[in-house]
Amino acid sequence: MANVGIVIVSHSPKVAEGASEMVRQMVGDTVPVAHTGGNLDGGLGTSVEGIMAAIERAWSPAGVAILVDLGGAETNSEMAVEMLPENRRGKVVVCNAPIVEGAVIAAAESSGGSSLETVKRTAEELSP
Amino acid sequence: MEPALHTSERAESDLTLRIVRAAAEAVIGHTDELTALDQAIGDGDHGINMKRGLEAVLADLPQLRGKPLGEMLKAIGMKLVMKVGGASGPLYGTLALELGKHMPASPSRGDLAAAFAAAIEAVKARGKSDLAQKTMLDVLAPVQAKLAEGADLCAIKAEALRAAEATRPIQALRGRASFLGERSIGHVDPGARSAALFVAAICDTLEG
Repeated sequence: MANVGIVIVSHSPKVAEGASEMVRQMVGDTVPVAHTGGNLDGGLGTSVEGIMAAIERAWSPAGVAILVDLGGAETNSEMAVEMLPENRRGKVVVCNAPIVEGAVIAAAESSGGSSLETVKRTAEELSP
Repeated sequence: MEPALHTSERAESDLTLRIVRAAAEAVIGHTDELTALDQAIGDGDHGINMKRGLEAVLADLPQLRGKPLGEMLKAIGMKLVMKVGGASGPLYGTLALELGKHMPASPSRGDLAAAFAAAIEAVKARGKSDLAQKTMLDVLAPVQAKLAEGADLCAIKAEALRAAEATRPIQALRGRASFLGERSIGHVDPGARSAALFVAAICDTLEG
């Protein structure tokens, strides 16, 4: 059974890349991980297009958990999920968790073969 | 000989394109003002984000010609979602997409008001937001109310500009501005301002 994929969405390409690197260190190649950051001009921001592409790269039949930083990243991620084909939409969730810690914890949980629901819940336990 | 209906449909499509162009150019023309407003209480990218998305819409106008109104709005909404970035992309994109979904080909004022009301509900859901939280909704909702009650264009435009200004004393409860708490008080919300600019430009075009 495949492990849940993790997508990291930050306004900053560097934060996205750094968080992704920390996740890789934890779980190696056992978990599909993708990150995206920055707007279409390469500045700070997020883009629906970029998020949809990252979901594709981290796709797993077990589903994908998305970790975001600030408001726009969340809104754009929710929009991206709604624009997915119907058979994938229900298998992608946006976690209400801190981006770096959430991504690492979620990936660790995923690497043990946990369900999407459990991965999300474990990440969200970090939120106050 | 071409039937008269065809001509009037074309004229209608041209008017719609003129409205889209005027609305987009009005907001693009205020990029610096929107940036300044967003620097005060947000992350300073509202002006440039809107400019990017609206320029993409303008570039697309030739392909929109002749499309039914609903399809045109959906295409514009999709462009805004993909190109604006920030939270305003999905928010304005959802507004246009939902307007398109509920818009008949030749809408009456009642149709417009109903479609607008449905679109506003979708924006609320998208932003997990409501009225009086210092957002674009504080302009969209009163404008919809004026539209529904039968106000003329001049009154609708005045209401939009008034409502944007009225976000100044509100404390932000959504978006980046909410991190500032009480310090968000005293600044006009950039999203409310861009919404008012859209409405004003649409009213001006219909009037002219």
